[in-house]
Amino acid sequence: MTFAPFLIPLTALLLSLALFGVFVSLAGADALAVYHSIYRGAFGTWFSWQNTLVSAAPLMLTALCTALPARLGLIVIGGEGAVVLGGLAAALTGLALIDTNAWLALSGMALAAMLAGGLLIGLVGWLRHSRNVNETISSLLFNYISIAILSFLVIGLLRDPETLNKPSTHHIGESHMLGALGETSIHWGFAYGVIACVILWLLYKRTTFGFAVDMIGGNLRAARLSGLPVGRNIFLVCLMGGAAAGLAGMVEVAAVHGRANTSLNAGYGYEGILIAFAARHHPLAIIPMAILFGGIRAASGLMQRDHDLPDATGLVLQGMIFILLLASEAVFARLALNKGSKA
Amino acid sequence: MSTLALEAINVSKRFGDLQALDQVSLKLRKGSIHALLGENGAGKSTLVKCIVGFYVPDDGEVLLGERQQAIANPRDAHDLGIGMVYQHFTLIPNMTVLENLVLARPHLPAVIDWRKERRAIAARMQTMPFQLPLDVSVNQLAAGEKQKLEIVKQLLLNVKVLILDEPTSVLTPNEADEVLGRIRDMTRADGLSVLIITHKFREVMTYADDVTVLRRGKHAGSARVADSNVKSLAELMIGSEFTSTALARESVAEQTLKLEIDTLKVADDSGMQAVRGLSLRVMAGEVVGIAGVSGNGQRELVEALAGQRPPSGGQIRVMGVTYTGQRAKLLRHGFHCLPEEPLRNAAVGRMSVAENLAFRRYDQQPFSFGGWLRRGAMRTAATRAIADFNVRPPLPDTPIGNLSGGNVQRAILARELSERPNVLVVANPCFGLDFGAVSEIHARIMAARNAGTAVLLVSEDLDEILELADRILVMSGGRLVYETTPGQADPIVIGRHMAGHGEETHAH
Repeated sequence: MTFAPFLIPLTALLLSLALFGVFVSLAGADALAVYHSIYRGAFGTWFSWQNTLVSAAPLMLTALCTALPARLGLIVIGGEGAVVLGGLAAALTGLALIDTNAWLALSGMALAAMLAGGLLIGLVGWLRHSRNVNETISSLLFNYISIAILSFLVIGLLRDPETLNKPSTHHIGESHMLGALGETSIHWGFAYGVIACVILWLLYKRTTFGFAVDMIGGNLRAARLSGLPVGRNIFLVCLMGGAAAGLAGMVEVAAVHGRANTSLNAGYGYEGILIAFAARHHPLAIIPMAILFGGIRAASGLMQRDHDLPDATGLVLQGMIFILLLASEAVFARLALNKGSKA
Repeated sequence: MSTLALEAINVSKRFGDLQALDQVSLKLRKGSIHALLGENGAGKSTLVKCIVGFYVPDDGEVLLGERQQAIANPRDAHDLGIGMVYQHFTLIPNMTVLENLVLARPHLPAVIDWRKERRAIAARMQTMPFQLPLDVSVNQLAAGEKQKLEIVKQLLLNVKVLILDEPTSVLTPNEADEVLGRIRDMTRADGLSVLIITHKFREVMTYADDVTVLRRGKHAGSARVADSNVKSLAELMIGSEFTSTALARESVAEQTLKLEIDTLKVADDSGMQAVRGLSLRVMAGEVVGIAGVSGNGQRELVEALAGQRPPSGGQIRVMGVTYTGQRAKLLRHGFHCLPEEPLRNAAVGRMSVAENLAFRRYDQQPFSFGGWLRRGAMRTAATRAIADFNVRPPLPDTPIGNLSGGNVQRAILARELSERPNVLVVANPCFGLDFGAVSEIHARIMAARNAGTAVLLVSEDLDEILELADRILVMSGGRLVYETTPGQADPIVIGRHMAGHGEETHAH
């Protein structure tokens, strides 16, 4: 029983890799060579490890956006929107603070990004609680709205005229960019992600707040009987989830692009949903899962180059992993049922 | 000695740390009704679930017609002619009786010839102990008819052994007599063998031929009903530990008004007014009982008091202060609530017993400090409460959802009564519990009353109200329509008011 939580997803993972092998064979590539490329591109060298961890950074944060509300029984898929608004807010704050020192500018950017993402998902939670609006639908629609706001602003009002191919805001200034960890090319965003996962795990596991969230998610009627402020807790949890995803947007702006542009909606938010489910919404399990999916992201370029496979091949692998992991949940539930419980 | 239809020999089943069944044997004679008697959590349901293959026993075997049979799942059991009627209905509410009967068959053809099925079932229905209209949709049937349909469903599958899990819990006494009487006729006429789970002695004495008593997962005794009596069976069932008797009603000196409900209005899920301007007062050391037929607003009233449903008008006052169910007020005023169906209303099934016991105080010392939980303190307190309230199994780390109904009820009672409550709202506390648990819970409520708690008891069980209440109110159509005291109460008058046919004298 103790191994089942690890054994079952691992089996699902291996199965999906096998299935992926069939897929690439059908596409005319040598499956074993493709496996090797994935390994090389994701985890084979220090260089590829660094790429993997850089990709994993925003994924950890966006996964939290789905994993935290999931504890309340809410399925929030608004990570993409929160990344976009967070990135936009970070860029605007960075530009406003361009004449201050780097520390102040970066802190301001992070705060603004967390506030923007947090308020967006907080709104989703509020709508759910007070207006009974389905949180999955509203968060999905907010993604579209957020992307539209970003496009509208970077094409129009906020556009740096020098950005021709990809309309973007002005640059926040090289000296204000988020640096790397030591001598690596891994930026601080990775540390943010790990720290956020650990802190939120502690919050859920060890604090009275986490206890209240468990009560609300486990049985709303019992939570009300105990006088818990249900609406406030739902809002706070959504706020935190959105803040995490918003921070991912800040990381993308401050560590990678230096500007806000449509590179922000590169699917980190959607991939975060997969990772949250794959990690069973456990904040610590998100870390390895994000690294795994980050590796696939990092390796997809190599697959494309070495095997002449289409760009979307990486997405196919992700999809297979996701579906088989979800299916394994059902298998797991059935095993747990067979164990029996009621006397 | 007559032949056996089914025999279970030394069946054992363990769930984690809980030994649910320990070497239990049972002999079901062909053509008889065999009652399986026991308290909640005694292992009755586990035993029959082992027999029908829902659980695989750890040890022991099940013989069918004196041959050992491997029953690995419910389909095997069905193929061997064992049918089970579960405690909760397994019908599809928005389909007709006919559709439900046809769908129950395990091997359905891809295309169903409804006309042929209808003819066949209509013909078989003539031979059944109960006749049911085939074209009525199930959600229009009353509970008694649904229970009959469940039984007919099994009989149509030509079962030889019928297992009934508390078949009369949803029936009125008249319906219960009809259903059980017909079933007894069938055992006599058709050689049907019936195993019936119950904790109603009356049914055992009237209808069963044999009885097996379980206690805490062990076989406590078996007997011919003709050779036994209620007293001896009760002793087998409860064991020697049963000592608590209903406490005497003491006079309470304290004369404080503790709970006051003022023209309260509450809407139901569809927005209709379920509670229509209800007012009442409960003093310290008083039990006020609200009697009524279910569906007359009692549920909404309790939910409003429990903070689960916002009132649409009026006020609730505790110790003279407006009460709206927030945590701070709940704790400050010692407001406690024991709603019906505790697993649905008052507990989180996947959290541990210790955590569930800490719901009131989790954010206070010693259970937490500066926002950090102290699970050790929770466990210590829980271990004590579990011992005080005799919760079984006595394991604070078990998810509370794994406990039997009576033990969940005891655990929640432990939580709500471990501090001295100022106000206690109780709804149907003994629903579905056996009489050992019932008298224990009644004694606890009475003890709280004697210690000065204001108790509001909402119950569909008039006997319970007559036993506990100092004042009886009858609720009908969302209003209080009659008031009396147990001393002057006339059950016939109360019944008439419950049915909404009282005189035009309102209690308030």
